[in-house]
Amino acid sequence: MPQIRNFSIIAHIDHGKSTLADRLIQHAGLVTERQFRDQILDTMDLERERGITIKSQTVTLPYTGKKGKEYDLNLIDTPGHVDFSYEVSRALASCEGVLLIVDASQGVQAQTVANLYMAMEHDLTIIPVINKIDLPSADVDQVKEQIENELGLDPEPSILCSAKEGIGIENVLEAIVEQIPAPTGNPHDPLTALIFDANYDPFRGTIISCRVFDGTVRPGDIIRFMSNNATYKVEEVGVFRLSREPRKELSAASVGYIISGIKTVSDTRIGDTITLNSNPAAAPLPGFKEAKPMVFSSIYPVSSDDYTSLVEALEKYKLNDSALIYQKDSSAALGQGFRCGFLGLLHLEIFQQRLEREYGQAIIMTAPSVRYQFRLQDGKTITIDNPQYYPDDAGIESSFEPFIKASIFIPERYMGEVMKLCIARRGVNPRFNYPTQGRVEVTFDMPLAEVIFDFYDRMKTITQGYGSFDYDLIEYREGDLVKLDILVNSEKVDALSLIVHRDRARDWGVRVCDRLKEAIPRHQFKIAIQGAIGGKIISRSTIPAFRKDVTAKCYGGDITRKRKLLEKQKKGKKRMKMVGSVMIPQGAFVAVLKSDNE
Amino acid sequence: MNNTESPGLYIHVPFCGTKCPYCNFYSITSFSLVADWLDSLRKEAIIYKDRFAAFDSIYIGGGTPTLLAEHELAALIDTLFRYFTFSPDTEITIEANPDDITLEKPTLLRKIGVNRISLGVQSFNDKELQSLRRRHSAAQAERALERIRASGFTNIGVDLMYGLPGQTQAGWVQTMKRALDFKPEHLSCYQMTLENGTPFGKMSTDGRIKPLGEEEGRSFFLITSGFLEEQGYIHYEISNFAREQKYKSRHNSKYWQHVPYLGLGPAAHSFLEGVRWWNLDSVESYCRALDQGGVPVAGTETLSQEQHLLESLYLGFRTSHGIDLKLLNNRPRSDTILSELQESGLIQVHGGRAMPTRDGFLVADGLPLLFAG
Repeated sequence: MPQIRNFSIIAHIDHGKSTLADRLIQHAGLVTERQFRDQILDTMDLERERGITIKSQTVTLPYTGKKGKEYDLNLIDTPGHVDFSYEVSRALASCEGVLLIVDASQGVQAQTVANLYMAMEHDLTIIPVINKIDLPSADVDQVKEQIENELGLDPEPSILCSAKEGIGIENVLEAIVEQIPAPTGNPHDPLTALIFDANYDPFRGTIISCRVFDGTVRPGDIIRFMSNNATYKVEEVGVFRLSREPRKELSAASVGYIISGIKTVSDTRIGDTITLNSNPAAAPLPGFKEAKPMVFSSIYPVSSDDYTSLVEALEKYKLNDSALIYQKDSSAALGQGFRCGFLGLLHLEIFQQRLEREYGQAIIMTAPSVRYQFRLQDGKTITIDNPQYYPDDAGIESSFEPFIKASIFIPERYMGEVMKLCIARRGVNPRFNYPTQGRVEVTFDMPLAEVIFDFYDRMKTITQGYGSFDYDLIEYREGDLVKLDILVNSEKVDALSLIVHRDRARDWGVRVCDRLKEAIPRHQFKIAIQGAIGGKIISRSTIPAFRKDVTAKCYGGDITRKRKLLEKQKKGKKRMKMVGSVMIPQGAFVAVLKSDNE
Repeated sequence: MNNTESPGLYIHVPFCGTKCPYCNFYSITSFSLVADWLDSLRKEAIIYKDRFAAFDSIYIGGGTPTLLAEHELAALIDTLFRYFTFSPDTEITIEANPDDITLEKPTLLRKIGVNRISLGVQSFNDKELQSLRRRHSAAQAERALERIRASGFTNIGVDLMYGLPGQTQAGWVQTMKRALDFKPEHLSCYQMTLENGTPFGKMSTDGRIKPLGEEEGRSFFLITSGFLEEQGYIHYEISNFAREQKYKSRHNSKYWQHVPYLGLGPAAHSFLEGVRWWNLDSVESYCRALDQGGVPVAGTETLSQEQHLLESLYLGFRTSHGIDLKLLNNRPRSDTILSELQESGLIQVHGGRAMPTRDGFLVADGLPLLFAG
């Protein structure tokens, strides 16, 4: 029996995590040099584009150590964004160690630190790997110093490598087997297996990725999810190579998959514990949390004819994204649609792009909102995550919005700028913590609503990428909330309404008007855009009309060509929504929320 | 409007003395293939001889048709009359270059049956004419107009261009005024377009000439329309003006109203019963196809209902005749859009039609998509 090592790779973005993973896979002989292509693990187009991992993938690498011992190295890939920090934590909980990659030319960066803390929380063995040593700008000595001073780690056992050039890969593998402890666990104890990921396969249903801590699971067993006591019969277990490889059993300490006829991914919950129905464990593994939507937005088909197709696409999409929630919704401007809940704004954007690219849906998304509470004059309290249902102003006694504890790690030199940003976003009660020299952890209480739009992007920009950010919901606090309406040529566009704090209403009004001015193309006529609270106009912008937009000649030979041009534009128009006779591009609905610097 | 349902016949004469740097119509500057082309045209005419009803317009365009010798033009007209039938009042237009209008030319043209001349003057400013590398001068253009008029032509069209390098708005008005001295029945005033694949197009890409900006283009357009309407002309299509209703180009109107037309010659387009086809755009391959007993067609398309509608809308919005409101039946929100466009002063609605105003003409390319799609 080969020995097992369970590990993850963590790194600041672009420090070479995926390339190293690919090299390890290649070294294990799972792909040949010819099959080797960049970033095997990040399979989705979107991930390649954004350079981040959204859905993690896991792979078991066979390895024969220098001392001749056989190993199965389970590489558990982790997603890399604050929206998915829970998923990362579950992946890390399935490991005994991590490779912490540091770019030899860029040195320790914000996410290096944030990731390190997360690994430390899980008591993992940390192996620093200094990557990209082939670069002319590589400065290994200085990076070692940073590892010692800024991360507080012993730099001596650091591995030097270049994943791109294939240098030092053998040393990385040796370090994994030598330094990361072998997992413990008893195959004869009651089963406890941690779900750290789930994917949907159209032929087999949900494929659960799990780490078995104790016990053994085999095809034919009846398994039970400890969070909801749902039971399923196991059809197949196995390990991940580049594709699935069935095994007779999965037992203590191993990482692999379980297929048990589960129709949708939503029936499985990341972080849940699987046990055997016949011999259940006494307690689940620690750390389980229900996925909690924080950000809400409505989606509508661009063409109302496509509603049915959107329904089907959502059902399919949901199979692969257990964090998404949705329910029916409708808008005067946009027709029938759905209100969706997301973990955060990135989750929302990824959802939008995948729905379009992979499911061919042209959709419009409305401004994201958090969930507000209103105490009414009649004593009732209502919860609203959709500005459309904002209650009558006269009936509101008091309003409440969710506050978070925002934790921001930054090098000290950015403190002024970050403080300014947090205060501008209505941050209160700042606290400071100095975990290592030169670094600060700034903590603010902030309204969640101020964070969901572009806070993360802004923070990244002003800290030049060095800042890391995480948050936890703390409580609802009273605030003076108002509904900001947007009018396009005097017609109210309900899908553009926002609930905002009164102090920020004018800023928002101006911003939305300006953004729409950019996002809505010129028309044959002038377009007035206005922001209003109640009946009062608080901001406006104007899109001037085309001055001249007509071709000089159109005779026999021009007609087909010109029609084709119009047909092309017409296709583009399918991605627009008509409000009166104004065509609003679907992007406009999200553009109003983009960062200033994008 | 001269909107008959009778089909129109277009002949493409693909020969020019020199290539103008702004023109993207197909033509060659060698005349060695004229005889082959004429012979092939006859073969092509035979293919379509029973497919079309009686024509009531012939348009001999190019290229430079007036460069053909008298006997060649006569042979061409003979061919057409041998294989096709025509109504008695058929409008027969020929495109002419001022430098080809010799003393005798207009009479010769009249003799073979031509009753309308479209003269490619472009400008009455010699500097501008040189920059366009035209082969004629302003004086030559004037002489040509005199000769044409003197020979008894009662339907003369003058082609002019604005947005020329170095042209001022005052200069443009001067050009129009000099054209008006001859009381042309028809005027085409085009904003110069820098077409891809032409020398001017390339110069524009290289930044050596600048296209007219949107605001300037608008201003030229409004000056043109205002001035000519003041002079009693009807602005009946984006770039076309007629002195009276009856002087609207009957032939060109067919393109704008989906009336069938047959185009003979290389690169010519035809339209019949919802099918459009276009010929090979080289004289050699055109002749070769016909020599081998085939059809010289390069491409063909059958318009779907949706395509037909889209064309009707954009062609309609280019003319003062506008569009039939019935086209918009069952189109979502068309009433709202119509009334908003009326409010914005871009269209007028009456008699069951929506017609673009002068301001509407300026943005006519964008109007169809408000309704279609």
